[in-house]
Amino acid sequence: MRPVLQKAADAAQGVFLWVDDRLHVTKLWESTAGHHVPKSAGSWFYVFGSATLLCFMIQVMTGIMLALVYVPSGAEAYTTLEYLTFQQNLGWFLRGIHYWGSNFMVGIMILHMTQVYLFGAYKYPREITWLSGLVLMVLTLGLAFTGQVMRFDEDAYWGLGIGAAIVGRVPFIGQELLNLMLGGQIIASETLSRFFALHVFVLPGAVLALVSLHLRMVLTKGINEYPQPGMLVRRETYDKEYAAIIKKEGVPFFPKAISKDLIAAAVVILGILTCAAVFGPKGPLGPPNPVQIDTAPRPDFWFLWIFAVAALMPPEIETVALLVGPVVIGVILVALPFVNGTGEKSWRRRPFAVIIVLLTYIALGMLTYLGQTSPWSPDMIAWKSAVTPTEQIIDRSPLELQGAVVMQKMQCRNCHAIDGIGGQRGPDLTDVGTRLTTPQLIRQVVQGGGNMPAFGQNLTPSQIDAVVSYMATLRPAGVPAARDSSRPAVPMGQ
Amino acid sequence: MGIPLIGYVLSSVFKAPVLDWVSLGTVDSFPEGKTRFASFTNPVKREWDGETANIPCWVRRLEGNDFQVFAINCAHLGCPVRWFEESKLFMCPCHGGVYYENGEVAAGPPPRGLFQYEFKVANGELLIKAGLMPTLATPNV
Repeated sequence: MRPVLQKAADAAQGVFLWVDDRLHVTKLWESTAGHHVPKSAGSWFYVFGSATLLCFMIQVMTGIMLALVYVPSGAEAYTTLEYLTFQQNLGWFLRGIHYWGSNFMVGIMILHMTQVYLFGAYKYPREITWLSGLVLMVLTLGLAFTGQVMRFDEDAYWGLGIGAAIVGRVPFIGQELLNLMLGGQIIASETLSRFFALHVFVLPGAVLALVSLHLRMVLTKGINEYPQPGMLVRRETYDKEYAAIIKKEGVPFFPKAISKDLIAAAVVILGILTCAAVFGPKGPLGPPNPVQIDTAPRPDFWFLWIFAVAALMPPEIETVALLVGPVVIGVILVALPFVNGTGEKSWRRRPFAVIIVLLTYIALGMLTYLGQTSPWSPDMIAWKSAVTPTEQIIDRSPLELQGAVVMQKMQCRNCHAIDGIGGQRGPDLTDVGTRLTTPQLIRQVVQGGGNMPAFGQNLTPSQIDAVVSYMATLRPAGVPAARDSSRPAVPMGQ
Repeated sequence: MGIPLIGYVLSSVFKAPVLDWVSLGTVDSFPEGKTRFASFTNPVKREWDGETANIPCWVRRLEGNDFQVFAINCAHLGCPVRWFEESKLFMCPCHGGVYYENGEVAAGPPPRGLFQYEFKVANGELLIKAGLMPTLATPNV
């Protein structure tokens, strides 16, 4: 028996050596998985890069599977989405994994970027690693945006409309860029085909190329050592210092440093599968029928902050901010490793960096929250559906009650809440009687202003009288009505 | 090799825009002094466009043959504005743009009034010159 086994082992070894001689598998393994990293880099803070890449691979796999059913045609995309979601075996789950995989990918990418920034990993000699990471960020956001277009429903249609309106603001060549984006004169099938080609071929291909460069840089310039406060980066000495670290405490990436990446990978996969199973895929919402205008388009989660910026920015600077803002942010990010490429790496000695990260997170978080709640949007059905609380109509005169009816009928409630019920765009009117005097109320209703339309043309004098009489009664019990401060509080002679 | 590829991709860029007169229905179907919803099939379309080739708009008939035909797209960022007959306002569900019945900005972020289609009345029908998605870059809207 033994000689047979021995022979088989020898033959297998021979085959392996032959393959290895042709393909250099061993060398490749040694220079990639076997490359030495600082022992300190085997940290939980260093798992986000590999986790982002894992998400991308999940997206590629699930994306290919979705493409087996999905038809990128204006007339059929929505039907195939419905088929995928409701009829195709496990189609809803595949869509869920793809949707949540995308959310996880963007989220973990942001964590990765934050960690790289706080740990000074963009500094000398890892400038190209940072720059390729920036391009990967743009590509990933591009994938997320084109992905929501693939879900060709009403939000996708009007989301494209918002994109088209932004492109249309570009001076001189706006119309040409718009034609390029739409692939025609309106948002239609050729637009979807364009975004499909970007989402499925161009962007993923570019991601693969850039990931290769990104990882190549990790191998040639080494992974960043865990920064110690006080260890400054100098262009003249850093390479020697890093070589010394590797020599002293370097460990092979596999199997010594990869364990935490693998655990993080398991957590990410579990997270995506759980979200897909519990929350399912997003949409599709209503069909992409432009004639169906009873809609309130919102972008996906990671773009809500831009939606909020577009609502809150002063209109005068909007075009400039929308078009120049991204360029400025891009220039700052590209310049970062060159203007701030040496010195302290540890976040413990870089309070300014910590403040920048905190402010960015707070700003983006608040804008996202505002984008989610969008208090600036009129509540389109409030005038039909918002109730007026009993205490706000009880004990009112017929004229005042008539005013309450006028307020409801003239869509005031679309923008103004009473007791928190109704639109949030304008001020809540629950205590408006304590803030504005009757003459001020008349002026505001008739002339508008302060972001309110003028109603003088659309209301008869008796309607104005009624609605103002009603509003003057809107104040908490025991709180006096607003009074004109230019007049004495107590009438003269009393 | 590169020239035909670039020419192929950019063909939509340099093609002169195709605009054509399309009917929104008979003049009588729009009562005087009222603003009504209307839609048309875009004059430039593909067989596989499906419902996306149906474009909505708002028609305001002042009196006789005097009309205003407003694009559905808010001049701010293109969302579909809705008409409220009682308050005589157009409201946008995205960022709160509001317009008066004549299309002028009443409130919110829009940089200009609603886009308007060129119109004419022929053989008792209301026709508009349509074809392009109206944005701030579109001439004569």
